[in-house]
Amino acid sequence: MAEGTRLENANPLIYQRSGERQLTAEDEDEDFVDPIDDREIFDIDLNFFFLNILHLIRSINDPEHPLSLEELNVVEQMRVHVNDNESTVSVEFTPTIPHCSMATLIGLSIKVKLLRSLPDRFKIDVHISPGTHASEQAVNKQLADKERVAAALENTHLLEVVNQCLSARV
Amino acid sequence: MCDLRSKAPRMHAMAGDGLELLSLVEEFVVGQQDSKAEDIATGVTTGQFTILKLVEGLGSALTSCEPRTRGRGVQLLSSVIQQCYANLQEEEVQVLTKFYENRLKDHYIITPHVLQGLKSLTMSTALPSGLAVSILGSLFQDIHVQSLMQAERFCVYSILLNLMDSCEEELKGLGANFVFGFIQAVDGEKDPRNLLLSFQIAQNIINRKYELGTFTEELFEVTSCYFPIDFNPPPNDPHGITQKDLVLSLRAVLSGTPQFAEFLLPLLIEKLDSDIQSAKLDALQTLTACVASYGHKELKEFLPSLWSSIRREVFQTASEKVESAGLSALHGLTACLSRSVLTCDSEDSLETFLNLIVKDCQHHLCEPDLKLVWPSAKLLQAAASSSFRASCTISRVVVPLLLEQYNNHVQSTQRRTLLEVLQKFIHSAKRSPVEEGGESSLAEYRQSLCSVVFCALSDSSSALQTSGLRTLMAIGNHPGLLFGTDIELAVDHLSKFILEDVDHETSLVAMEASGSLACLHTTAFCSRMVPALKEKIISDCLGGSGETPPAKSQQALFLRIVRALAAISTHPNLVRETVPILLQVLSASHTGNVQIRQEDVVSVCQNLQCIVELAQGSEESACYFHETVIPYVLGLSLQAAFHKRTLSPLRDEKVLSALVPVFSAASGCSQHMLAAQTASQILMLFLVGDATFLPENNVPQNVNLLKSYSDNSAQTQLVCLLMGCVCSLPINVELPMLDQLLTELEELSCTCPHPFTYTSAAKCFAGLVNKYPSGQKLDQLLENTLTRIDTILTSTEPSGSSNQKQAFTFLLWLTKALLLRYHPLSAPLTDKLLCLLVDPSLGTLAADGFALLMNDPPDVLNKACHADVRMMYRQRFFTETAPKLVQGFNSSPKEMKSSYLKALSHILNCLPKQVLISELPSLLPLLLEGVSCPDSEVQFSTLSCLHPLLLDTPQVLTLHLETLITKLLGLTSSAAMKIRIMSLRCLHALTQLPLHVILPFRSKTLRALAVPLDDKKRLVRKEAVLARGEWFLLGGPGK
Repeated sequence: MAEGTRLENANPLIYQRSGERQLTAEDEDEDFVDPIDDREIFDIDLNFFFLNILHLIRSINDPEHPLSLEELNVVEQMRVHVNDNESTVSVEFTPTIPHCSMATLIGLSIKVKLLRSLPDRFKIDVHISPGTHASEQAVNKQLADKERVAAALENTHLLEVVNQCLSARV
Repeated sequence: MCDLRSKAPRMHAMAGDGLELLSLVEEFVVGQQDSKAEDIATGVTTGQFTILKLVEGLGSALTSCEPRTRGRGVQLLSSVIQQCYANLQEEEVQVLTKFYENRLKDHYIITPHVLQGLKSLTMSTALPSGLAVSILGSLFQDIHVQSLMQAERFCVYSILLNLMDSCEEELKGLGANFVFGFIQAVDGEKDPRNLLLSFQIAQNIINRKYELGTFTEELFEVTSCYFPIDFNPPPNDPHGITQKDLVLSLRAVLSGTPQFAEFLLPLLIEKLDSDIQSAKLDALQTLTACVASYGHKELKEFLPSLWSSIRREVFQTASEKVESAGLSALHGLTACLSRSVLTCDSEDSLETFLNLIVKDCQHHLCEPDLKLVWPSAKLLQAAASSSFRASCTISRVVVPLLLEQYNNHVQSTQRRTLLEVLQKFIHSAKRSPVEEGGESSLAEYRQSLCSVVFCALSDSSSALQTSGLRTLMAIGNHPGLLFGTDIELAVDHLSKFILEDVDHETSLVAMEASGSLACLHTTAFCSRMVPALKEKIISDCLGGSGETPPAKSQQALFLRIVRALAAISTHPNLVRETVPILLQVLSASHTGNVQIRQEDVVSVCQNLQCIVELAQGSEESACYFHETVIPYVLGLSLQAAFHKRTLSPLRDEKVLSALVPVFSAASGCSQHMLAAQTASQILMLFLVGDATFLPENNVPQNVNLLKSYSDNSAQTQLVCLLMGCVCSLPINVELPMLDQLLTELEELSCTCPHPFTYTSAAKCFAGLVNKYPSGQKLDQLLENTLTRIDTILTSTEPSGSSNQKQAFTFLLWLTKALLLRYHPLSAPLTDKLLCLLVDPSLGTLAADGFALLMNDPPDVLNKACHADVRMMYRQRFFTETAPKLVQGFNSSPKEMKSSYLKALSHILNCLPKQVLISELPSLLPLLLEGVSCPDSEVQFSTLSCLHPLLLDTPQVLTLHLETLITKLLGLTSSAAMKIRIMSLRCLHALTQLPLHVILPFRSKTLRALAVPLDDKKRLVRKEAVLARGEWFLLGGPGK
């Protein structure tokens, strides 16, 4: 009985969170134009994306106070790059273990989240941090392929899993 | 028909009671008229019939060979007894009971009525002794309870409960037979209503110490089979039984006796190991409940498995509830073991159990990077906080371990985690009761704790410093851990954090720590921190030359020092040290020797107010404020007002407004005598010009501060200080010369053209009128004042002139004062304000005035000022005014509508949600109108009023959804940022609506929401991302 609920990784390493973004006077100023910056993309990924994936893969069985992508070091702010003028975003993520079977799913979820949260003009590139996953190339190729992403989202089962990951709370 | 009825009394008189009874019985039994039972019962209660006659009259029915007729007869008898069991004599009860017992053997359709009758009889106080036993005998023998219907089973349980209440001794005489009978009766019960009763019986059996005999396990089985209770009441359940009722009732049975322990504990462990969250929770809570009555003997055998189950739940916590239930269960277990008395030959069970816990948890404390460090710490703390002994045992292992780990780990994040764990341990050690005269369990680690904390405070990482400050606070509040030179060192550290430019959060925590330690270690703060702060503020902030404006960092330092001075003023001795420094700053700013920004002076005043409020309970401080501080500040303000050459900040309206709460807090204090004395001195100053009580008095003699001339606004505006003082007095303190004061205030408010002066005068007048005793005098006063206001408002002057604005302000404050105390005049005054809504020049002012009517002003007419504020005056105002506003809105020309909307939205914003929700349907069209009103203020306040409603009662909006969504989407491109944000929040909230209602708008909304994703403001984009994300999930799988 108890064996069934045993977690794969019951005691994962936890990284410190960087905390809420501080409000500045410019944020309140009606006329000032805030460019979209790395931190904003990072917040899109992390603040609303408490990783329910991990709930799904049973490494964390904790929907009420889940660990975020940041606390597990899957996405770091330094690996998020955005260029507002050229309308490009690039996100690198690091799977928790090199053979993580969920890497594609994590990548797909990040990509869908960004597609839904950024203006159309952006070109979005999501890929695995070099050297952190066994089948890095294959996963990157899948994530870069617009049609495969679109096709994946036609798949009800896959969409369900992605939506679960993107729900703010379970 | 009518005729017959009128004859009835005569017939009755002729035929006698006996005949009437017989006919009634006949009509009930044969005629099937149930209402006749009521008539007979009334007759028996009034003494017209006797029970004996009734039984005689029933004779043929009760002996009939047709079961239905017999049933009808018994039913009549039972219904009558149910009404009048209280009047029955002992013999009657005896006979009837015997009869009923006998009827239990009769045909099954009679049984329900028999049970009903028995139930009524057991409620009689005249139940002869010995009958209880015989009733139970027949019940258990002749009836198979579980084959009865629900209502009959309910009857049986009620009979048992009644007998348990009235004949406890007799029932106990039955020995274990009673319990056996009960077990047989209840076995297989399924109805929640009956279960509640049977749990009550079981509870009585246990609590009143009935003999269980050999049936302990059976009684446990027959109740525990319902554990854990899983019950969902059907919708519209009329009985109102909740899952919680059943759970608590069953828990009381199961945890009622240690005799159940050997059966209950394995069951709880089994449920804890299951996959169902609610079962785990229930098991843990039941465990917590039962360890309160258990001892070591009951627990011994199960301790290891209980521990491992609890540990698993807390380590792999699936919900916060389960985690905290697990921690309380562990706390309960250790508390139970700590209670049990040791015998010389047995092992120390507490020690063994704690060793088990420590063994499983301590190695996690050595890995501060990993997740399990937190749950381990929580478990250890739960155990440690249960008793002094447990606290000692655990501290002996954990504290040295944590200290050692702290020294071994060098990264600041790891150290921070360790320090936070340590801090929680200090808290939990404080919670555990210290034995008489004993030392704290942490006393021996005092030295190393202090050195670790000081090490953290000297670290460069601000996060570690913050944790260090929190730990210092914990140590300082723990008796006996911080003394001697360590206190001095700690205070020096705190001063350093306040004086140096550190991280914002760190400096906040340093203030908090200073405040919390200052009341315990007053001397050290007086001798070390106050001088340090004083020296810095004088040399750095006041010592600079008057010409160059101070640098930004210096201003921040100034503010920190001022704030810290206020934070540590927790003791009268400290107050006497800190307040003079603030006064010195005020004085320096007044003389103009140094340049202090106006907002800095304001913040000095605000912190002065904090000190006065903090010290409100202390008589010593109150004396100090009234005798020294108030006269000094007032004197300074007067000097500033009379010396035209200086540009003293004390002439400034903002500074004066910030001083008002200082006066008001001081005069609202609990020392009424002092407050009354100060108030009358200040009154003398304002009315007569007597300034003798002021220090360094260089005010011109016999000046009248309340008379307005051409250019003395600097003096007349001091009326706001007068307001702070006299309007905050408790209601029972009488003021001398009140009527003269009111006349002067009215005059000032109507004639002085200076806005700050006339507003303050109006507020002061309102504050006094609010507390004025009702009666003719008040009515006369109000009448005169209102006539004067009316004259000005209706005068031929061009509308919108300064005079009219003045009169309007006066009217508004007066309305507020009367509205709060439910004065009858408040309604006509409100109507007057409503009329002004369409005034071309005063309309906007009037609309904004409604915000004032609904909100508590900060400085007058609020609870802190002891104003007469009636309960729910807002709701009352809303119910009276809203229909008039709606009507006015509908009937007014288009360009006037926005004033009505604005007034309404001000009212709605201040109402509790519950009131709003019930009124929403009628107001919704107006709110929708408000959303599209061109006035951006109205748009915003309508949206903020709509938002909570969308979250709470989205159903009401369903009808207007299309309009609403279109309007909200339109507002996402509004010019004002806050409107864009609010409309996006409303759109986000709409996703709570039922799917079928909202889904048709999904694609339209998604398309429209793509635009604000590219908004120029980040805060808007953030809301857009949230809203669009939710809309995407609508109708998709996995939501």
